[in-house]
Amino acid sequence: MSLELRGITKRFGSLTANDSIDLSVADGEIHAILGENGAGKSTLMNIVYGLLSPDQGEIRVDGTTVAINTPLDALAAGIGMVHQHFMLIPVFTVAENIVLGHEKTKGPGLLDLEAARKEILRVSAEFNFDIDPDALVEDLPVGLQQRVEIIRALIYDAKVLILDEPTAVLTPQETDELLRNMKKLKDRGTSIVFITHKLREVKEAADKITIIRRGKVVGTASPSASQEELASLMVGRPVSLDVEKKEPDIGRVLLDVRNLNISDHTGRALVKNVSFELRAGEVLAVAGVQGNGQSELAEAIVGLQEHVHGDISLDGTEITHSSVREALHLGIAFVPESREEDGLIGSFSIEENLILDVHDMSPYANGPVISQSTVSEIAQKQISEFDIRTQSSKDPASSLSGGNKQKVVLARELSRPVKIVVASQPTRGLDVGSIEFVHERIISERDSGRGVLLFSTELDEVSALADRIAVMYRGEFIAIVPADTSREDLGLLMAGVKR
Amino acid sequence: MSTQEVRALSAPERRRKRGIITMAGLGAFALAIFGILPKNGEPVTYNFVLGNEWVLAKEIIVNSKNGSLFFAVIALLSVLLATLQFRARKTIRAASGIFGAAFLMSFLCWAAAGKFVPFTGLLQGALFLSVPLIFGAMAGVLSERSGVINIAIEGQLLAGAFMSGVIASLTQNKIAGLLIAPFAGMAISWLLAIFAIKYGIDQVVLGFVLNVLVIGLTNFLYKKLLIPYQSTWNSGGTFAPIEIPLLSKIPVIGPIFFSQSIIVYLMYAVVIIIHIALFKSKWGLRTRSVGEHPTAAESVGIDVNKIRFRNVLLAGAVAGLGGAFFTLGAVGSFSKEMTAGKGFIALAALIFGRWSPLGAVAAALIFGFADNLQGLLTITGTPIPSEFMLMAPYIATIIAVSGFVGKVRAPAADGVAYKRGGGSH
Amino acid sequence: MKLKKVILPALSFAMALFVSGLLVAFSDSKVLALKNQPLSMIGKGFATAGSAYWALFRGSIFDPQLAEGHFFQGFYPLSETLVAASPLILTGLSVALAFRAGLFNIGAQGQFIAGAIGASWVGFTFDLPVVIHALAAIAAALLFSGIYGGFVGLLKARTGAHEVIVTIMLNYVAGYFLLWLLSTTAFLRPGRQDPLAPEVKTTARLPHLFGSELRANLGFIVALTAAAVVWWLLNRSTWGFRFRAVGANAAASRTAGISVSRVTTSVMFIAGALAGLGGAVQILGSEPAMTAGVGGSFGFDAITVALLGRATPLGTVLAALLFGALRAGGLTMQASTETPLDLVLVIQALVVLFIAAPALIKSLFRLKSVEVGETVASKGWNG
Repeated sequence: MSLELRGITKRFGSLTANDSIDLSVADGEIHAILGENGAGKSTLMNIVYGLLSPDQGEIRVDGTTVAINTPLDALAAGIGMVHQHFMLIPVFTVAENIVLGHEKTKGPGLLDLEAARKEILRVSAEFNFDIDPDALVEDLPVGLQQRVEIIRALIYDAKVLILDEPTAVLTPQETDELLRNMKKLKDRGTSIVFITHKLREVKEAADKITIIRRGKVVGTASPSASQEELASLMVGRPVSLDVEKKEPDIGRVLLDVRNLNISDHTGRALVKNVSFELRAGEVLAVAGVQGNGQSELAEAIVGLQEHVHGDISLDGTEITHSSVREALHLGIAFVPESREEDGLIGSFSIEENLILDVHDMSPYANGPVISQSTVSEIAQKQISEFDIRTQSSKDPASSLSGGNKQKVVLARELSRPVKIVVASQPTRGLDVGSIEFVHERIISERDSGRGVLLFSTELDEVSALADRIAVMYRGEFIAIVPADTSREDLGLLMAGVKR
Repeated sequence: MSTQEVRALSAPERRRKRGIITMAGLGAFALAIFGILPKNGEPVTYNFVLGNEWVLAKEIIVNSKNGSLFFAVIALLSVLLATLQFRARKTIRAASGIFGAAFLMSFLCWAAAGKFVPFTGLLQGALFLSVPLIFGAMAGVLSERSGVINIAIEGQLLAGAFMSGVIASLTQNKIAGLLIAPFAGMAISWLLAIFAIKYGIDQVVLGFVLNVLVIGLTNFLYKKLLIPYQSTWNSGGTFAPIEIPLLSKIPVIGPIFFSQSIIVYLMYAVVIIIHIALFKSKWGLRTRSVGEHPTAAESVGIDVNKIRFRNVLLAGAVAGLGGAFFTLGAVGSFSKEMTAGKGFIALAALIFGRWSPLGAVAAALIFGFADNLQGLLTITGTPIPSEFMLMAPYIATIIAVSGFVGKVRAPAADGVAYKRGGGSH
Repeated sequence: MKLKKVILPALSFAMALFVSGLLVAFSDSKVLALKNQPLSMIGKGFATAGSAYWALFRGSIFDPQLAEGHFFQGFYPLSETLVAASPLILTGLSVALAFRAGLFNIGAQGQFIAGAIGASWVGFTFDLPVVIHALAAIAAALLFSGIYGGFVGLLKARTGAHEVIVTIMLNYVAGYFLLWLLSTTAFLRPGRQDPLAPEVKTTARLPHLFGSELRANLGFIVALTAAAVVWWLLNRSTWGFRFRAVGANAAASRTAGISVSRVTTSVMFIAGALAGLGGAVQILGSEPAMTAGVGGSFGFDAITVALLGRATPLGTVLAALLFGALRAGGLTMQASTETPLDLVLVIQALVVLFIAAPALIKSLFRLKSVEVGETVASKGWNG
């Protein structure tokens, strides 16, 4: 089945997310849509899938214009989608998730799951997916949850399958398997729209590549194009894919973590027996598939986790059970994983966000009174030092772009006297320019003698920045390896395979 | 892997453990205060016969001290049973039930020393007082499982009570009153739905304001019309109890469950239907999906707000029906603010019952029992001031939400307005 | 800018008066009797609603009849408005402050009762010099109600118990506790059977502002001062910064080192104390003998007051004055036109409904440019 988009335009307020986009996906083609974060790829696909309505433009399937106003229309037209954030209900079983919206019933409206169970087992067997129809989705690892989404699309007979950043949650080996399965699907006659910002995957799997930048199609390319060509099309200028850094000048131990165990409030273990040292002047990167305990480990170090056992000491001071405030002011800069939720207060002004941690300290406060003029003054300096693009320091933080939001967080966290930096997914969702800024800043912190603990699920980032790499799997540090460890070996470790 | 890894307890297990510790404490308390402390016992007379059911035993007289001791020991034995069940990794529901009953009996023997206790009547009254709570809690289940917080249960009950009383009186037809009641509740929940779903207003605030609105309206009309023109506007009367043949003859059980008015039988039906439908039907699956993860539901073509709208209306209908119980089931005429906060206790029962229909029913029955026991003990005289008995359900709810039953988890999207395309872009 | 902020509440109030007016008109038996003559029915309806609202005005602002003898006496109703508004300002501030910190305090009712108990107990039990007695009574009220409110915050901080549920339950607990207290020898007035406490001694009373004829008392000044303090607290102090930060985004506040549990507890303590101060003002200012019904509906009206005032101190004062006027005028309306006082509840609820849904008012009046401002956004049980 072929899919054609003509002049799709979508605006959110003053932002034009899609600017008259044309795209045609031929029958049985793997068509990659390449673009950096925020380029408008997901918006486009949500339009195709009926989750958003375009302001202008039309969608054609096999040459005829179809009206897609709801996901139901898309499914009826043979379009299926595997979402970046899975559209599965955690407390439902696999079978319940799959029948939802297409329920078969018996008697007076009672659910009949039998047929669905059979279908799941059939598709699961065909692709070696190993999915139990009666398992609760929340008990499945993310890789399997993605397979549930794929199975759902196949059961509903999708002729065009949209995969939105599907590899973000996979190990390199799982990624390879997904790419193989995409080819298998293609051989069965399914067309695939593959959305990504990762050049390697595009080159490996795609038949055709469309590149989107700032909401516009800026060109098409064939998979034989070089990575450099693709990158410069994607960003609009030549990009260096490597990070410049000199040999590390390693100093004393700044962070010492011994036998750390973390559990959630129900008593489930999230981090198991983790021990490591972070030294001055090095970047220790923690790699691993999302959801293997990285977030909790990062949070535990600054005191954001409740059920923590073991020892954490910062430059000789025990901080295992310190409050967040104590930990921060003893010399930890913390860049949380979710900027919007944990990093910033959207409705607060930029200057207010810059003093969240120090609002009651001199010179910002005189006793219980906040000194507005001092706050503004210092904010101005930070805004220029960190190149935060804004009209005024009084604008709400929510008005900033993702990259500028992250700069506000960095400005706040790095303005205290800091010994170590704990950064959790610091470049997730950022445009390339901001990613470069963050990377440079991390390296400059390292070079000025701080220890950097970097949590990242992006292997490229890990390899580019790290001096040592720890791989986390199911809450454990499965190994700590040198920075030049090969991608394949890291992938095996990420899947829990020890050598 | 380390070999010394201690197996952490799962959430339900930790909850059970806390439950067992609490039960042990309460059991020991009962043994000491109700059983051992009183110097000498007095006879307590339990009467079991209420109407014309078959008679097994008319009265049983027990010594209060012995009775309290006996039941306290049973309670402690059930704690032991619960501990064994816990060790075997099984649920402790049955043991907890036995414990609850035994503890209450131990208390009753102590509190009613030297008194006459109409046992069957006590339980019948408990069910009677639970009826509006159960209807209200079911309204909560319908609405909140689909993701809309329903604080307006009180207003929906009151609207149902008012309209059913007025219509039954104006038409001199109780059935007409009963039929109108769901629509009165629905009118209120329609407002809730419009403002919460269409305009995205905070549902707690909204429900609260709707309660004020209904109280204001009914008070106003009550004074303006129902008092001056009582014979035309406010003399609806009550439904007579219907005795189910044979079933109503069973000792104790019969008079409690099968000699009730039509509204109570409707309640049985409502509870059973909601319980089955919520967990086994297509409607139930969709309802729970929009309450847990509306974006996911939308992505498979479900119209989230339509389902929520429908469920909120349905909730209003159920609560409105429950409201009819105040007028047509109990009093026979409307009086000012006659729901007297029952809507909030229903909300408490919903939370206590962890948003599950049967759990909410169990909680409502316990609250109804406490309420009725309080009434009985106020009349017969008791060592505890009646005001403290009246406080019991409220304090129990506070204890419940603050962790005795673990963190009660509402449906994930309960109270969060849903806007199309509000997800990722 | 300023004007736009006023348009929305003003239109909401007008709409609420209109809808309530219809209710008054068409529930009147004399109007309904004219149903065969639609025109005169509408005329009669307008006349009925008009006279009810005129009585409302006379009862709350200025009464020409009273002014005939002595012009100053014409303002007796305004003084009554101030008396009714004073506790409302304080309970309204309680709800508003909690709102700003992301907490929904439905418990102002119970906290008000706790404060009234404290003020009443100190007021009738002890013998103290004039100013000191009043201050001691107020201190007791602040302490009792602060603890009653702070307990909610502590429970939320420690266990995650939702404050809405806990405060609803605590309102009932406070009500029954007061009922019990008024049956004990310590609180029951000697020689009485009905729940009534002894009168507060004159040394503890708040002085009248405009002579003994008018009941307006120092309580109003206390309330205004509290509003100013709350404004300063929220907008200028480090505490207020933390309160607002936690209210706007608790997770980000925690990540930046602000102790959310400490904020929650202290906000609820202060909110409780504000509501309790309302109870003290009521007892020491206008109702020296505590009854079981001392709480009235001050705590519940507080929620509508805070919502109408958009949770700002100034807005809360204005909204409380408006609702205080409705309360005071409602009594006159009930007495002189047989329109039940409960109409005031209907007006209140409608105002808040309209104001909470600016989109509705905008579409009703086809307004384009009115800034919508922050609506009360939905957070949910788990939020």
